[in-house]
Amino acid sequence: MRALIIVEHDGVAVKSATLHTITAAKKLNCPVDGLVMCNAGASVIDGASKITGLEKLLVSEGAQYKDDLAENEAPLVAQIARNYTHVFVAATSFGKNLLPRVGALMDVAPISEISAVESADTFKRPIYAGNAIATVQSSDAIKLCTVRATSFDAVPATGGNAAIEKVAATADAGLSSFVGREVSKSDRPELTAAKVVISGGRGLGSGDNFKMLEQLADTVGGAIGASRAAVDAGFVPNDYQVGQTGKIVAPNLYVAVGISGAIQHLAGMKDSKVIVAINKDPDAPIFNVADYGLVGDLFQIVPELTAALQKK
Amino acid sequence: MKILVPVKRVIDFNVKIRVKADNSGVETANVKMGMNPFDEIAVEEAVRLKEKGKATEVIAVTIGPAQCQDLLRTAMAIGADRSIHALFDGETQPLGVAKTLKAIVDQEKPDMVILGKQAIDGDNNQVGQMLGALLGWGQATFASKVELGAGSVNVTREVDGGLETLQLKLPAIITTDLRLNEPRYATLPNIMKAKKKPIEPFDAAAKGVDLSPRIKTLRVDEPGSRKAGIKVPDVATLVDKLKNEAKVI
Ligand SMILES: Cc1cc2nc3c(=O)[nH]c(=O)nc-3n(C[C@H](O)[C@H](O)[C@H](O)COP(=O)(O)OP(=O)(O)OC[C@H]3O[C@@H](n4cnc5c(N)ncnc54)[C@H](O)[C@@H]3O)c2cc1C
Ligand SMILES: Nc1ncnc2c1ncn2[C@@H]1O[C@H](COP(=O)(O)O)[C@@H](O)[C@H]1O
Repeated sequence: MRALIIVEHDGVAVKSATLHTITAAKKLNCPVDGLVMCNAGASVIDGASKITGLEKLLVSEGAQYKDDLAENEAPLVAQIARNYTHVFVAATSFGKNLLPRVGALMDVAPISEISAVESADTFKRPIYAGNAIATVQSSDAIKLCTVRATSFDAVPATGGNAAIEKVAATADAGLSSFVGREVSKSDRPELTAAKVVISGGRGLGSGDNFKMLEQLADTVGGAIGASRAAVDAGFVPNDYQVGQTGKIVAPNLYVAVGISGAIQHLAGMKDSKVIVAINKDPDAPIFNVADYGLVGDLFQIVPELTAALQKK
Repeated sequence: MKILVPVKRVIDFNVKIRVKADNSGVETANVKMGMNPFDEIAVEEAVRLKEKGKATEVIAVTIGPAQCQDLLRTAMAIGADRSIHALFDGETQPLGVAKTLKAIVDQEKPDMVILGKQAIDGDNNQVGQMLGALLGWGQATFASKVELGAGSVNVTREVDGGLETLQLKLPAIITTDLRLNEPRYATLPNIMKAKKKPIEPFDAAAKGVDLSPRIKTLRVDEPGSRKAGIKVPDVATLVDKLKNEAKVI
C-alpha cells in the first residue's frame, strides 16, 4: 500500500486543509507521498517538502496547471494514481472539482468527503446533510477519496524533508481557460481554520449590521461566517456560507447570531466544540444544539457581549 | 443549441431524515419526495436560456424508478420540451449515472449539459465532473452565473476563496450552485401542458451501461447527536460560562 495526497495551494503556500488530509492518509499505516501541480511554484514546493509525514514529493510544473483547471490536472493525477493504492485530497472546492474527473478517467468510483478511515477499503462519510453516517466499502483497486478536513487533525507544517521528484507535465487539454477571480480579502483568520467563528443569519437584517459581528470577532480573534439566508440577501459574500452546501467548520467556539438552525446550516457547524446561540425566538431549533443559549434581541446582546469580552 | 438537464428524485429537503432500525439505510417509505433542489435550478437556467432565444430545446433526463415520471412532468411544467427516462430500480451511484448520461448524450448530441452540483441524498458532488471526463468536455462546477458566447460559455463559479470565472469551449458541462437563479413555480396551465409533452424511455442496459452499485454501503448510523445545553439569563453569565466552564475564551 502507498498513498498519494494531492497538495492544494494558492500558488504561494500550501492550504491548511492538506495537512488534515495527510492525517487521514496516515490512518492507513503506509507510506504517504505528495503531489504538487503548479506553475513556477518554488515557495509551494519548498513548503510542501517540509510538511511532516510526506516521504516523496512529486512535482509537475507547467502553465497549464496555474489555475487548477480540472481538465488539465485530472489526466496527470490519473496517470500517477496507477502507482498508488489510495489517492486523497481535501474536500474543498478544489478537491471536489478535480477528483471525480480523475475517477471517471480511471473507471474508479470515488468516495466523497470521508470523515473516518475504518480500514484500507472501508470509510465513513456523512450523507443527507450529515443526518446519517454511512460506512462504505470500495471494491476498486485504487481508492480515491476526498477528505473532510474538520474530521482529522492537522500534521505539523514543518519538520519533514520529502525527497522531490519531478514528473513530466501532461498537455493543456484546451477545453477551458481562466478568465478572472474575485477573492474576498480579510485580515481575520480563514473560516475553516479559525478557532472561533461568529456567524450571522437573516436576523442581522443588513450587511451593515455585520459590522457588529466583526467587532465581536476581532475581540476574540475569530472569523466571520453566515447562513445561506444572509448570503442570499447579499449581506455578505458567498464564501462566508456555512452548511451542507457551504463550508464545514468545527472551531472551539461557534457563535450563531440570528440564525434559526435549519438542518442545512447545522450540517456545517454541529461538530464545533462549543456552540453559543443568540436568538430572540426561544423555540428556534438552533437551541437544540447549543451548549449555551441566550434568548433576546441580538442588537442589544452582541454589543454587550463585545464590551464584556473587551474588558477582560 | 440543445441543453440536457439530468434531474434526480430525492427525499424532500424539508423532511427530517430517519435512519432505519436495522441500520441498512434511511427510511424512504411514505416520505415526501421531490426534485433535488440543485436540479430545479439547472432546469430553470436551461429554460431561461431558451426563453432568451439562446437555446432551442431543453431535455430533462432521469435515471430511477417509475415514480420518477412525476419529476420529469415537473421539469416540463417549468419549461423543458421533452424528457428521457432510464428506468432503474435501486440506488443509483455517480459513476453509473455518468455512464448512462454519456450514452444519452451520444444519442441526443446536446451542446450543453446542466446538472446540479450535488444530490442532497448522497451528497456526492461527482456526476457532472465524471460526465465531463467521459465526454472529454470542459466543466464548470458550482456555477453562480452563466453567460453564453459564440461557441463558448463564461461561467462564474463559487469557490472557497470567493468567485472565479472560467471560459469553456462548447459543448460543455455546467453544475449549478444555489445562487445561480431562483426557480419559478410551475403555473397550472403549464402543468396541464406538461402532461402532453413526451417522455421517452432509455434502455441503459441495452447500451452496455452497468448501473449496479460499485460502492457497498455496509451500514448507516445516526450521527452522534448533540444534546441541548442550557439557556443562560444574561451576557455576564454567558461570559462566565465560556471562560470558566467551557474554557474556550
Ligand atoms: C439544498 C439546500 C441547501 C442549503 N444549504 C444551506 C447551507 O449550506 N447553509 C445554510 O445556512 N443554509 C442552507 N440552506 C438554507 C436553509 O434551509 C435555511 O433557509 C437557512 O439556513 C436559514 O437561514 P437563517 O437561519 O439565517 O434565516 P431564518 O431561518 O430566517 O432565521 C433567522 C433567525 O433570526 C432570528 N432573529 C431575527 N431577528 C432577531 C433579533 N433582532 N435578535 C435575535 N434573533 C433574531 C429569528 O428568530 C430566526 O430564528 C439550504 C437550503 C437548501 C434547500
Ligand atoms: N439518478 C440520477 N438521474 C438523473 N440525474 C442524476 C442522478 N443522480 C445524479 N444526477 C445528476 O447529477 C448531479 C450530481 O449528483 P451527485 O454527484 O450524485 O451528487 C445531480 O444534481 C443531478 O443533476
